[in-house]
Amino acid sequence: MNSGRLTNFLIPLLAVLLGMIAGSIVMVVSGYDPIAGYSALLYGAFGDSYYIGETIRQMTPYILSGLAVAFAFRTGLFNIGVEGQLIVGWLAAVWVGVAFELPKFIHLPLAILAAALAGALWALIPGFLKARFKVHEVIVTIMMNYIALHVTNAIIRSVLSDKGYKSEEIHESASLRSEFLQSITDYSTLHYGIVIALIAAVIMWFLLEKTTKGYELRAVGFNQHASHYAGMNVSNNIVLAMVISGAFAGVAGAMEGLGTFANISVKAGFTGVGFDGIAVALLGGNNAFGIILSALLFGALKVGALEMPSSAGVPTELVDIVIALIIFFVASSYLIRLLLTRVKKEGK
Amino acid sequence: MEYVIEMLNIRKVFGNFVANDNITLQLKKGEIHALLGENGAGKSTLMNVLFGLYQPDGGEIRVKGQTVKISNPNVANDLGIGMVHQHFMLVDTFTVTENIILGSEPTKGGKIDIKRAEQEVRELSERYGLAVDPTAKIADISVGMQQRVEILKTLYRGADILIFDEPTAVLTPQEIQELIQIMKALVREGKSIILITHKLKEIMEVCDRVTVIRRGKGIGTLNVADTNPNELAALMVGREVHFKTDKKEANPGKEVLEIKDLVVKDARGVTVVDHLNLTVRAGEIVGIAGVDGNGQSELIEAITGLIKAESGSIKLNGKEILNLSPRKITEAGVGHIPQDRHKHGLVLDFPIGENMVLQTYYKEPYSKNGVLNFKNIYDKARQLIKEFDVRTPDEYTKARALSGGNQQKAIIGREVDRNPELLIAAQPTRGLDVGAIEFIHKRLIEQRDQGKAVLLVSFELDEIMNVSDRIAVIYEGKIVAIVDPKETTEQELGLLMAGSKRKEAGVSS
Amino acid sequence: MGVFEILQIIIPSAIFFAAPLIFTALGGVFSERSGVVNIGLEGLMVIGAFTGVVFNLTFAEQFGELTPWLALLVAMIVGAVFSLLHAVASISFRADQVVSGVAINFLAIGLSLFLVKKIYGKGQTDQIQVGFDKIDIPVLSDIPIIGPLLFENGYVPSYIAIALAFVVWYVIFKTPFGLRLRSVGEHPMAADTMGINVARMRYIAVMLSGALAGIGGAVYATIISRDFSHATISGHGFMALAAMIFGKWHPLGAMGAALFFGFAQSLSIVGQTIPFLKEVPTVYLLIAPYVLTILALTGFIGRADAPKALGTPYIKGKR
Repeated sequence: MNSGRLTNFLIPLLAVLLGMIAGSIVMVVSGYDPIAGYSALLYGAFGDSYYIGETIRQMTPYILSGLAVAFAFRTGLFNIGVEGQLIVGWLAAVWVGVAFELPKFIHLPLAILAAALAGALWALIPGFLKARFKVHEVIVTIMMNYIALHVTNAIIRSVLSDKGYKSEEIHESASLRSEFLQSITDYSTLHYGIVIALIAAVIMWFLLEKTTKGYELRAVGFNQHASHYAGMNVSNNIVLAMVISGAFAGVAGAMEGLGTFANISVKAGFTGVGFDGIAVALLGGNNAFGIILSALLFGALKVGALEMPSSAGVPTELVDIVIALIIFFVASSYLIRLLLTRVKKEGK
Repeated sequence: MEYVIEMLNIRKVFGNFVANDNITLQLKKGEIHALLGENGAGKSTLMNVLFGLYQPDGGEIRVKGQTVKISNPNVANDLGIGMVHQHFMLVDTFTVTENIILGSEPTKGGKIDIKRAEQEVRELSERYGLAVDPTAKIADISVGMQQRVEILKTLYRGADILIFDEPTAVLTPQEIQELIQIMKALVREGKSIILITHKLKEIMEVCDRVTVIRRGKGIGTLNVADTNPNELAALMVGREVHFKTDKKEANPGKEVLEIKDLVVKDARGVTVVDHLNLTVRAGEIVGIAGVDGNGQSELIEAITGLIKAESGSIKLNGKEILNLSPRKITEAGVGHIPQDRHKHGLVLDFPIGENMVLQTYYKEPYSKNGVLNFKNIYDKARQLIKEFDVRTPDEYTKARALSGGNQQKAIIGREVDRNPELLIAAQPTRGLDVGAIEFIHKRLIEQRDQGKAVLLVSFELDEIMNVSDRIAVIYEGKIVAIVDPKETTEQELGLLMAGSKRKEAGVSS
Repeated sequence: MGVFEILQIIIPSAIFFAAPLIFTALGGVFSERSGVVNIGLEGLMVIGAFTGVVFNLTFAEQFGELTPWLALLVAMIVGAVFSLLHAVASISFRADQVVSGVAINFLAIGLSLFLVKKIYGKGQTDQIQVGFDKIDIPVLSDIPIIGPLLFENGYVPSYIAIALAFVVWYVIFKTPFGLRLRSVGEHPMAADTMGINVARMRYIAVMLSGALAGIGGAVYATIISRDFSHATISGHGFMALAAMIFGKWHPLGAMGAALFFGFAQSLSIVGQTIPFLKEVPTVYLLIAPYVLTILALTGFIGRADAPKALGTPYIKGKR
């Protein structure tokens, strides 16, 4: 029991370590100095209050997209559609932020709620198709990502602007921006979203681990047949799991729309935040607390990477390589387990 | 006498578990040799060693006198050893011929010569009397024909030593008779056969010799002509076996379950339960005897609300429960020990404790206002684990980690604890060892003695005969006879199950 | 503008856009028929595009007209080698195949951009100078009406792609290799007991998918984008995946679907020049492949069953 828990904790740590080592090999082979590279990365992530602010800001949507992926994983679903749900959430939040003028205590929650609903709606389709027609959610959510991208772009061009490439800025009453947080972080783009992300993590933990609904969702995720035999409504639970996952993803979009950018612009490609959520969730062991930690790591990697070209001459993409390798190592945990048991045996 | 196969002192260890402990088995040319043992005794391991799927940790294998190393199934094939698997190794979407030639396809210019292959299959099937349609898809043919395809696969590769792994488990009585004829024909053609089984009757009927193994150890080899079922059972289990379960006379009370004119169709719209009538009273065990696939599963699923019935009536204590939701039916007082405990009985990745409240988690004291009360859940789990002797390190251990017998005890504990009026047990002892089987039978009888109605479905006639107070025979979705276990014989039941003899249904109800 | 003129714009352009999708979708057929999900097709195309462009830019002077062909060959090899990562993770280390595919996509874009910046000092390569020539296919292009539409003024790789679909069909449905490949994807344990090496078959299939996706990416980069940047391959791998599913895991179906998706793509680009299509907002054409795939999966366009063992690692000796 204890050694099992220790292994569960060691696997992500080892995966990160192996990923970093592989990253330094890539740097050495390409003629860069890995120590300078990683020093720049570290400085760029935590070097002063501005960088810390940026890292926390980047971590915010990662927590939420990680929660979205993890919630689906824990309920037996693979939601690759977090990216698309995030984009429609972003769109909905900005739309509400632009279209209405309301007191802040109504407007901001309303904009976030709209984002959650949009994400939930976008996830409802694959959830329903899975529950009703047994269509695998992986392919449908991939397709829904592209539909989200193109539809959102069309709406930005035709509705939120006059054939322009971005929307107007949202009203102050819907904004998550905080002069206070900016001032203590040397005018970074840090906003109140982090509070919402942390609250969302607590909600996910409580819902999944402590409530009867969470018990049902987990049971259906592990074994639909036994859940059906035990009198649970399998279809409803599948749809609900997808919808809740999509709502987390939608709120991740609201963080970008109401906090970081305060608008939405036409996108040539994906934001990547939704896909990175898969890495965040996997590394965090699909557990709310683990996700906060792994979101911090990925936030730091992404923000710190921006410092690497100027200080060490290393392209920022090195970090993408490291992240990809970390995913490989976590996914191949069978390999790490094998290594660990061998080490243990020899230690005896 | 010449031995075609000699497995001498074979040892196979998995981790700390010794699956085969110096077992010796010698197969004579042209004999049918039974390998007898309980589930988990090590029969499959031994045969997988012979077939090259496992490598032995000790001992020697000789084929026709030559010492050999069988490193993979290809080597076994080359040595003329073929295996007819219990779970058919057939690709559903392929034709009979494609399945047979897979891995050694005849080709013409790089292309599979399918015409030639079909011709070869046709010739083989005629020579050994194994009727198959070479061009049919596996998904469209009967279980019996699928088994003949499995046999043809080995013959196509020129096997002269055939291993049959529990071949009768999935067959109807007629198909079993056909299989026995096929096996005898194969031996006449010079093949030698190892028959893996735990059914004593089959051994007495077709085998020449029998090797008994128990808990991984070889117990000995006997001539079938010199032994009897009682001796074999004692050797297999390691002690005297009581074929009869001790129980008092039943004392039936009011009618708890009343099924009238029940009709159920399967997903393809075929009627599988056909105007079925059945009554189960308080304080009695009614056993449903029948060959698999005659509507048993659908009958149970209809009673428990898992599938919708077309028409008819199911009353529990006089209240209609037809087509209510599974949860409503559970709450009305039906307990269900499902046939497939892994698939339907447990969430294997949940701790055993959380599995104990799978139907009751939403009720007090296990939760309140939608929030779970883990203390009460685990208190209940500890109580049931103790009461039903579930062997587990603790209540937080995942259900997956428990043995089959202990998983089944946990399910029975959970179902019985809800104090249902009607307890349905579907194949409750399948795959369990003798100790667990006795425990479970005792618990079922205990429920009966407490005045509950018990409905038992089983494909094992011994179990039906021993445990039931009344036996209802199901054939093609109808109850064709109700008989008293004290007055009937296995032969009579066999005929009734095959639909060849009918008794007026409802004689004693 | 007459119907014939319109067709003369649309059809060659559909074939032009479809070629990379056909190659990649055929790769997907190999991998998934063997039971390995490959959503890493996108990343494998990225690697192919990157390799194709870099090879072309580096060796154009040495090899002249041969350059694009050698570039395809090199992209094929690099794609196959890169797909080994997916094979090792998902076959030998039993990683979740979808997760491993996601990692392939991340790694491909990260690594190729990293190298582009390292080699060229900027985020985008230069334009390639040597591409494929357009040709008229002899005899066939003389057929009235069909000839000019289908066989005139096309790129050779497009015709190779279509021919390859038939070759793949033959390999998968008529040869021992194909029978074994399909058996491994449907019932690996049955294949194992028949002496077929399941892991080996799956490695071969995944590497074939890497090779073909590598070609697909290189064809895209050589004849469509003509350079390489982060946005060169944006969703084409997923569209090829969609074509494979829409085509019901069948090589000819996948080719048909890829042609159709190519048609939709070409409409969304050349549509502006065609009278009655001007009115249709491009967004409908952009999302059409994805919506159609979802509808196909839902069973509205005839139900298709994926290989039974798709997505499950095969563990020897486990029942």
